Amino acid sequence: MISPAAGARFAPGDDVQVRDVEKEGHVRTPDYTKGKPGWIAEILGTFPNPESLANGGAGLPEKPLYKVGFRQTDLWGGYEGSPEDILFVDIYEHWLQPREHGEEEKQP
Amino acid sequence: MSENGHDHKHEEPRHDRSRWAARIRAVEELLVEKGVFTKEEVKAQVEYMEARTYENGARLVARAWVDPAFKKRLLSDTRAAAAELGIDASGPTEFVTVENTDEVHNVIVCTLCSCYPRAILGRPPDWYKSFAYRSRVVVEPREVLREFGLELPEDKPIAVHDSSADLRYLVLPQRPEGTEGMVEDELAALVTRDSLIGTDVPRTARETSRV
Repeated sequence: MISPAAGARFAPGDDVQVRDVEKEGHVRTPDYTKGKPGWIAEILGTFPNPESLANGGAGLPEKPLYKVGFRQTDLWGGYEGSPEDILFVDIYEHWLQPREHGEEEKQP
Repeated sequence: MSENGHDHKHEEPRHDRSRWAARIRAVEELLVEKGVFTKEEVKAQVEYMEARTYENGARLVARAWVDPAFKKRLLSDTRAAAAELGIDASGPTEFVTVENTDEVHNVIVCTLCSCYPRAILGRPPDWYKSFAYRSRVVVEPREVLREFGLELPEDKPIAVHDSSADLRYLVLPQRPEGTEGMVEDELAALVTRDSLIGTDVPRTARETSRV
């Protein structure tokens, strides 16, 4: 059973954008989602931060994790499948920002 | 066009498998020597993994097909539903079952490595870990499914789940037509390993002979 995330910044239905930044080390945000617009499909709970765990850290503070939906046509130029095709990726909160035009947030 | 007839590079054949195996054995011995874990723990972990196969998933699916209340529990709390059938999926990872419907066909991948619901289904097939599958199914899912022999209608929406964080996904396929008279064990026998990943769908014997 997935537990609710206390203090989650985003709610299901929110429009978000994946931060388009480079970060060294063990990052679980796939490159192909960076900078892409999506929406919060679900809040999945809070989990230890894998970027810390991979370096022997405790993964604290834990990060809210979201199931983020993307339209395939937004991810890939020239996508040939149905415009209804979607892709879901589980993304930690510090890799997400509200979808606003021309606004870039700082590196996670 | 490249030499393999399409526009992506295939993985090199693994000539060096034994070299990697030797390296893993060396690392294992070192970790045992340093007291990080014992040989018995390694053996227990291997046995744990060997004891799990996709047949666990087939049992979950067949039960969900015959028991709507179980299906509801499977979709809302996969780990607890698995425990009901004696499948121990306890541990730090969460499990989520996604349902195929007339409106959507689900496919699972882990583009970053090989995340898979191992505690339930055991080890993933080799192709699931291949660079070709991981890189292509997110970009051209319909084409990849076609290569698996699964032809979906052009207008059937596909949802690809890239499971690269703390959740592991399995697919609840649709029950094939013409199986109304079947009992649970017969239904479970229709559920293939690949249908739990979404690269196949369960078929009746009659449908299989047509393919």
